[in-house]
Formats: sequence, structure tokens, C-alpha cells
Amino acid sequence: MKKWMQFLILFGSVSAAGTLLASGGGEGDGGRALPPVSNARWKAECSSCHMAYHPGLLPERSWRRIMAGLDRHFGENAALDAPTAADIEQFLVANSADRQPARRSQRILQSIPPGAAPLRISETPYFRAKHDEISPATFKRKSIGSPANCSACHQGAEKGDFSERLVKIPR
Amino acid sequence: MNKWLLITGCVASFSAFAAAPQELLRQYEAQARQENAAFAGFSAARGATFFKTERTRSDGQTASCATCHTADPRNPGRTRANKVIEPLAPVANPLRFTDPAKVEKWFGRNCKDVLERACTAQEKGDFIQYLIDLK
Ligand code: HEC
Ligand code: HEC
Ligand code: HEC
Repeated sequence: MKKWMQFLILFGSVSAAGTLLASGGGEGDGGRALPPVSNARWKAECSSCHMAYHPGLLPERSWRRIMAGLDRHFGENAALDAPTAADIEQFLVANSADRQPARRSQRILQSIPPGAAPLRISETPYFRAKHDEISPATFKRKSIGSPANCSACHQGAEKGDFSERLVKIPR
Repeated sequence: MNKWLLITGCVASFSAFAAAPQELLRQYEAQARQENAAFAGFSAARGATFFKTERTRSDGQTASCATCHTADPRNPGRTRANKVIEPLAPVANPLRFTDPAKVEKWFGRNCKDVLERACTAQEKGDFIQYLIDLK
């Protein structure tokens, strides 16, 4: 019995150390924030109804689907003229999670099954796992509204910084 | 900016430069005369009614311009995704109705959203008249 427990503890601490090493070692990008990106049209057109979501939060195939359906975008009409849409799509694709070495982007990407192209960051398995302790009622608070309102809780969301020290859930 | 003008088919009537709301109204007036020979001017009162009228859409939801812009457009509003919208009334936000391409883009989206059709030049002019008369 005792030996069995010792083994468990030993095994537990070895794997914990492994995880620590893995998460500490692979960073090399100055913390966990996604790299800053900018594009004037993206900023102007994709931040009028909600914050501009960093392109590194979804894979290329998701951005292409989103851009192909702007006229019926989550119940709203967010249609753009063709040249503006093409410019924004190119920017989103070039900085998408597939082309983003940042750890966070890679994790999001890995969580999505190969055949799937989710239209929401908040529907990715990565997002679900990171927010599994937040109740639907919390997301529905007047000060928040829905899981899509990242910046209500993440003070660094607009800058692509979702680190723990910048999280504060409003009442 | 210019690209939007092409799309909306208003190339001739809009200047691509920042314009005063009055200038914009003159352009809608010219358009309204073309749409309706009996055009008899814009009315702030009609604009106010238009702004507040709740309409039931084909999906059963009700919406009005006030849904997002609030009943008093001198106040900030909120989008469905809960982001703050700066006030629509120029008295509270002097940038409103100075960028014709932006105005046309949002009339295009919001009229389709609330009325499920495009707004007429008469409706746009009444709407702007109402907002610029707010003090
Ligand atoms: C006319 C308003 C409007 C505009 C403009 C707009 N969106 Fe949205 N968007 C919405 C709404 C409404 C939602 C759903 C929000 C919710 O669920 O609370 C949404 C949701 C999203 C989501 C999913 C968020 C999540 O993870 O749940 C993405 C991604 C997105 N938008 C991308 C874009 C991009 C890219 C653009 C610019 C090309 C854009 N949006 C422009 C209204 C808009
Ligand atoms: C109701 C508040 C709330 C909303 C809205 C919200 N989050 Fe979070 N998020 C949290 C909390 C709380 C955590 C857990 C913080 C922790 O312990 O690391 C978290 C964790 C995360 C993490 C992991 C952080 C880490 O280093 O492990 C990411 C990434 C993240 N959120 C992204 C998003 C994105 C993207 C959105 C919008 C699409 C969003 N969140 C919306 C509250 C929220
Ligand atoms: C679903 C939410 C929503 C509804 C409903 C709505 N609007 Fe808007 N409206 C917006 C947003 C978001 C903006 C852009 C705000 C910004 O960029 O400052 C906007 C901007 C505008 C502008 C641009 C003004 C300028 O000069 O910047 C006009 C015009 C406008 N709305 C007209 C209307 C009319 C007319 C209605 C009713 C038929 C209406 N809106 C209903 C969300 C809405």
C-alpha cells in the first residue's frame, strides 16, 4: 500500500516537473502574449461591433469561412466591399494560428479536429477547456454578455495578452 | 472610401472628403427628389418616429434603431456583442455624419438589419435631420 502511494507521488512530481519544463522551455517569445499585428482596414472594420480578435486565435480555414459569410455574420450584416474584404482576409490568413509560432496559437490549432473550421474562438476545445469553470450565468451578466466578449474579462485582450494576471471577471 | 461609393452606386452624389452633415443632407435631398417628384423636404419629427419605431422581423425578433443606439441618441449605445457605440447625435459626437462612405455603409447594414430592406433617401434625410436638430 505505502509503496503504491510512494510510486504515485513520485510519478506525479516527475510529470509535473516535465510539464513545467515543457511550458517554461518552449516560450522564447517574451511571455505569452500573441505578437502584435496590425492592419488599418482590419482595425477599422472588425472592431466596430466587438474587439478586433487577434488573427492568431483561429486557423486559416476558419478565417476564410468567416470572411466568406460576412453578409450573414452571427445574425448581423457585416458585409464589406470586395477589395477591403480581400485585404483583410489576406492579413488574417498571414497571421492565422497555422502561421503563428506562438504557443497559444499552436495550442488552439491542435485542439481543433482536422476537418473542423469553427467560426468562433469560443467554440474551440481549447477555449472550452480554459473556461470550463465559468458558468453560463456568468457569461450572461450584463457587464459581459457572452463568451465572445473577451475584453470584458481579459484586460489585455485587444493586445493579444490573455495571461492570468490580466484577468478580472466583472460583476 | 472611394470603393464604397462605387459599390453603393452613389459615385456622382458623394464627395470623398469629410463633409458637414448639412452637405450630406443636400446630397440626400437631391436623391430624394429623384426617387419622388412630390418630395417636400425632410422632417425631424418623422425622423424621430422612424428612429423609435419597433419592427418585427421575419425571424420574429423585434428591433428598432434605438435597440443599439438607445432611445436618446445623445447617449452611447451598445452593439449586440456588447461593445459601446459612441453617440449618434452630432451634438455629443461631432464626427457623426461627416464621412459619407461610413454613413452609407451603416445605413446599408442597419436598415437591412431592422427593416429588412434598404432605407429610402427620404428616410435617411429625416433620420439625419432629427439627429442634427438634437441639442
Ligand atoms: C455589424 C457588426 C459586426 C461587424 C462589423 C463584425 N462583427 Fe464579428 N461578430 C458580430 C456579432 C454580433 C458576433 C457574435 C457576438 C456574440 O456571440 O456575443 C460576432 C462574432 C465574431 C467572431 C466569433 C467570436 C467568438 O469567438 O465567439 C469572430 C471570430 C468575428 N466576429 C470576426 C469578425 C471579423 C473578422 C470582422 C471583420 C471582417 C467582424 N467580425 C466584423 C458582429 C460583427
Ligand atoms: C467571463 C470572463 C471571460 C471571458 C468573457 C473570456 N475569458 Fe478567457 N479566461 C477567463 C478566466 C477566468 C480564465 C482563467 C484564468 C487563469 O486561471 O489562467 C481565462 C483563460 C483564458 C485563456 C488561457 C490563459 C492561460 O494562460 O492559461 C485564454 C487564451 C483565454 N482565456 C482567451 C479568451 C478569449 C480569446 C476570449 C474571447 C473569445 C475569452 N478568453 C473570454 C475569463 C474570461
Ligand atoms: C445591431 C445594432 C444596431 C442597430 C439595430 C442600428 N445600428 Fe446604426 N450603428 C451600429 C454600429 C455598431 C455603428 C457603428 C458605430 C461606429 O463605428 O462608431 C452604427 C452606426 C450608424 C450610422 C453611422 C453614422 C456615422 O456618421 O458614423 C448610421 C447612419 C446608423 N448607424 C443608422 C442606423 C439606423 C437608421 C438604424 C435603424 C434603422 C440603426 N442604425 C440601427 C449599430 C446598430
